[in-house]
Amino acid sequence: MKNRKLLSALLPVAAIAAFILFNACKSGGPANNGKDSLNTTTPTADGGAGLKLPAGFNAAVIADKLGGTREIAVTPQGDIYVKLNRAKNGKGILFLHQEGDKATVKTGFGTFGGTGVYVKNGYLYASSDEEVFRYKLNAQNEVISPDQPEKIVTGLLSRREHEAKAITLDNDGNLYVNIGAYSNACQVEDRKKGSPGQKGCPILDSAGGIWQFKADKLNQHYGDGVRYATGLRNVVGFDWNQQNNQLFVMQHGRDQLHDLFPDMFTTKQSAVLPAECMYALKKGDNAGWPYMYYDQEQHKKILMPEYGGDGKKEGGQDAIDPVAAFPGHLAPNGLLFYTGNQFPEKYKNGAFIAFHGSWNRAPEPQAGYFVVFQPFKDGKPSGEWEVFADGFAGTAAQTASGRAEHRPCGLAQGPDGSLYVTDDNQGTIYKITYKK
Amino acid sequence: MDFKKAPIIIFASVLFTVTGLQAQTRHKAKAPVKHTTVGLKASIAAGQKVFAQYCVSCHQADALGVPHMNPPLVKTTYVLGDKTKLIKIVLNGFNEDVEINGETYSNSMASHDFLKDQEIADVLTFVRNSFGNKASAITAAQVKAVRATNKKS
Ligand code: HEC
Repeated sequence: MKNRKLLSALLPVAAIAAFILFNACKSGGPANNGKDSLNTTTPTADGGAGLKLPAGFNAAVIADKLGGTREIAVTPQGDIYVKLNRAKNGKGILFLHQEGDKATVKTGFGTFGGTGVYVKNGYLYASSDEEVFRYKLNAQNEVISPDQPEKIVTGLLSRREHEAKAITLDNDGNLYVNIGAYSNACQVEDRKKGSPGQKGCPILDSAGGIWQFKADKLNQHYGDGVRYATGLRNVVGFDWNQQNNQLFVMQHGRDQLHDLFPDMFTTKQSAVLPAECMYALKKGDNAGWPYMYYDQEQHKKILMPEYGGDGKKEGGQDAIDPVAAFPGHLAPNGLLFYTGNQFPEKYKNGAFIAFHGSWNRAPEPQAGYFVVFQPFKDGKPSGEWEVFADGFAGTAAQTASGRAEHRPCGLAQGPDGSLYVTDDNQGTIYKITYKK
Repeated sequence: MDFKKAPIIIFASVLFTVTGLQAQTRHKAKAPVKHTTVGLKASIAAGQKVFAQYCVSCHQADALGVPHMNPPLVKTTYVLGDKTKLIKIVLNGFNEDVEINGETYSNSMASHDFLKDQEIADVLTFVRNSFGNKASAITAAQVKAVRATNKKS
């Protein structure tokens, strides 16, 4: 009797576990361009770090347990700067030296947590959630005075949501900073069911876009900068494309379509919509948030439901179109144009994108936690994206439940063309190399 | 936390919940006021539905939340602690720079004051008796009382 009772109690548990596994197995990667089964070119070879990679590639864990490692920069000497989301023992930036397949922490400095780190023109740039600093480098690209950074930008808004200030630089002395919108869809009451959207969203004055500052001017405030592009909910992964001298960004699309509009969106639709969009920006561009979202299955800009949309009505007439669209909620945190010579020709000038992995697909199984490759031709996406490196999360069940072991975040290219990937969950740095 | 152990923890907590509820049912069944047991069971069942509709996307099916974004609802001081404070979190939302079991979380929780007193009582009773949590039920009357004096700031 007792056993039977226990068994009947366990049955639903087993059923749920089986369901999660089953779903996880069939969903290898998300829908692209209207196809709703997951991917495409399944990575084949197994790297040394437990990652699945295309044949000929190998991955090594060169450092681990570093903390919340966000963005990463590799110097021409092969040394590494990595930014921690929270300072560990009072140090928010780590400097690592590589020897073979190991990287050892040499020093730590910068008391602030944050996301951005970038090396350019003899300086290391790094961001907290409110400010951007720079450190002068010596001829070996080592920081000269770790305790005396120059403050380049100050006083940026950070209101909990989308607080990370990602940074990148162009070749003309400009610094670009993402200032994420502290909101989901600019409702009067953020994320509250029934709360209307705000026409003339006031957030856009000081957030929800990319700001441009001078890379060498101290103590700049909002007023010294230019709102370079607006209507971007939140961007973490962005990179300057050297081929066509243009800024490309990956937007984190809105959450909770089903939660807030259960009559318009099923949980299944809500798990893949809206697209995580790649935009190629020109100064003055508007990507349309919060008034529209991009539906990668209808290939249309759709009016946001908070502003009168119904999942079908088109919107965003004044907004630019994305140049590529990926399934919803996968959270692109790293974007890197590959300019190296180590990888096969097809990767040259294409984009690697590190997807941090979803949470907003629940109750559907979670997805992402992989690095994707988007082929490019003549400075534009060309052809279907594919999962390049997978297996960061661990097992299929760990992916489905969102209990990922590792979550890809930052990307960098080494002087020899190797690709570096950070994981901000356990503080791992991966180095991916190719041998014919 | 050790994420390798997460699936085991999830499995164990589901198991714990199921068996725990059974044990509780059995235990309470001996108690003199029989209808509270039935009431508790019904409230938990109704609360599970509210949870699935309004809480799961952020706090997740295992209630372990999302690292750095949405906190867990497993054995936190908020879930197990003062009922008035807990009811106010659902009524007013929660947007404070506080540490929850040693971590900070950056997402915003919206006000759920559109839920009925009974729905809020049910979902909180469900949370307080699931995922390894064990705490007393919350009643619609308690929610009503808190709502009446609740001042939003
Ligand atoms: C939009 C995402 C979201 C939704 C939906 C949501 N929460 Fe939360 N919840 C949060 C966040 C984020 C915090 C922490 C906020 C902070 O740190 O200030 C939180 C905090 C809490 C807390 C206190 C902290 C803790 O972990 O114990 C409780 C209890 C809670 N939520 C219960 C609920 C319940 C019950 C529901 C459904 C009725 C719900 N939440 C819906 C995001 C959400």
